[in-house]
Amino acid sequence: MSMLVVDSIEVFYGEFQALFGVNLEVAEGETVAIIGANGAGKTTLLRTIAGVLCPRSGQVLYRGMRIDGHPAYAVTRLGIAMVPEGRKIFPSLSVRENLLIGRQSGRKGPWNIERVFDLFPVLRERADFPGIDLSGGQQQMLAIGRALMSNPDLILMDEISLGLAPVVVRELYETVQEITRAGTTVVIVEQDVTRSLQVADRVYCLLEGEVSLSGRPVDLSREQISLAYFGV
Amino acid sequence: MDWASTIVQGLLLGGFYALYGIGLSLIFGVMRLVNLAHGDLIVCAAYLSLVLIDVSGLPPLLTLMIVIPGMFGLGVVLQRGVLNRVLGSGPMPPLLITFGISIIIQNGLLLMFTADTQRLPAGSLETASVPLGGWVTVGVLPILNMAIAILAIIGLQQFMGRTDLGRAFRATSDDPTTAELMGIDSKQIYGLAMGASLALIAVAGILLGMRTTFGPSDGPARLIYAFEAVIIGGLGSLWGTFAGGLLLGVAQSIGAAINPGWFQLAGHILALLVLAIRPTGLFARTRDL
Repeated sequence: MSMLVVDSIEVFYGEFQALFGVNLEVAEGETVAIIGANGAGKTTLLRTIAGVLCPRSGQVLYRGMRIDGHPAYAVTRLGIAMVPEGRKIFPSLSVRENLLIGRQSGRKGPWNIERVFDLFPVLRERADFPGIDLSGGQQQMLAIGRALMSNPDLILMDEISLGLAPVVVRELYETVQEITRAGTTVVIVEQDVTRSLQVADRVYCLLEGEVSLSGRPVDLSREQISLAYFGV
Repeated sequence: MDWASTIVQGLLLGGFYALYGIGLSLIFGVMRLVNLAHGDLIVCAAYLSLVLIDVSGLPPLLTLMIVIPGMFGLGVVLQRGVLNRVLGSGPMPPLLITFGISIIIQNGLLLMFTADTQRLPAGSLETASVPLGGWVTVGVLPILNMAIAILAIIGLQQFMGRTDLGRAFRATSDDPTTAELMGIDSKQIYGLAMGASLALIAVAGILLGMRTTFGPSDGPARLIYAFEAVIIGGLGSLWGTFAGGLLLGVAQSIGAAINPGWFQLAGHILALLVLAIRPTGLFARTRDL
């Protein structure tokens, strides 16, 4: 059985419809990438899964249980963590305190602050600095570490490469692969298609609020992806 | 006129304003909510104590043991039952609702207790004082209040800085949407913040009720004092608000010493001067939002 099932959801911002009957399935242990151009609805889809947005119709099932309509904090406590777009580090909290906030999910598991520090040693060095004093790449590590601290079974990562130098992005993705190898299920939203195809077991491409293509990276040709991505 | 005595009395009076201000800035800091019923809730705490004294014969100080948790509970219910429903829909709806609550409390108190001013019978404690040498003597109650204000600030700082729940308060204050993504129930945090705010002002309301008289329509003036303490001290700093309250008390005390009619005026002038010269307050830790 799939861990996460998104079943033909329609999501609106006021009168503006952002998602038109989107379906998506994620199996336990899988890494799934959602790609698409700006405004295709990738972030909307992630935020709906996380409980920030509520679909007008359709449903979201997590381990067979309906979670659409649950508030975001309840979804997090069920084991779905989010690395939000733009990192969203808490400005008045230090690096260490930002990580400790991850414990608010109340979930037990393998992750604690020492393990996160081992994964990102630079965070240990700067533990007592304000979180927003870190560089962009370090802030992204902090956001990932903070999500891990909640001991999730499923992590949603929104545009973790945004605005970062290629060398930093490569490092981040190496860590993501470490996390997936440890058995955590990951859903990545990414504009960088090449990067997503490298790490993902399966890819969904969104175009103007609909799934335009899905499949395993090896089965998809460049042309198919380009057509699904740009719609031309 | 004895300046030393005037200033000391002003500082002690300011200790009450400091507690009003801390309560106000706590909820503004956590949820950007301006509680226009703040002053009326202070008065409400004093009436609660009065009723308890009548019913049970407890001495006023002991009623704190019941009124503090009572006001905390009232704050949680008020926040979760009413105010949480309108948060996030702009600043106006919560402002209007707290304005309405303010009117309801004033008229409710008027209905139940008439417009007569009341006083909490504290017996000898009312006038008990300690000589500080020279002409200066200070009342025991204001000193107790000052000690509670200082302990409240230290306690709040320790709570905010060292506990998981305190960090959740700060994270929610920074960014409620992201805080929810971390598993924090922001509505619960808001309820606890309002409870803590009302518990703080319950202390000030009761201790001041043992020193001076109070009536059903005293709330708005106390709301203004709370605002002025925050304006003078600056937002975002508990010690700043504390200092703002003390300065307000000293200004009022000096004004009253010059001319009894200038008591309130002097405080308002100080607050307006600070607004004109240093709008962020004297001790603000400004943070660009």
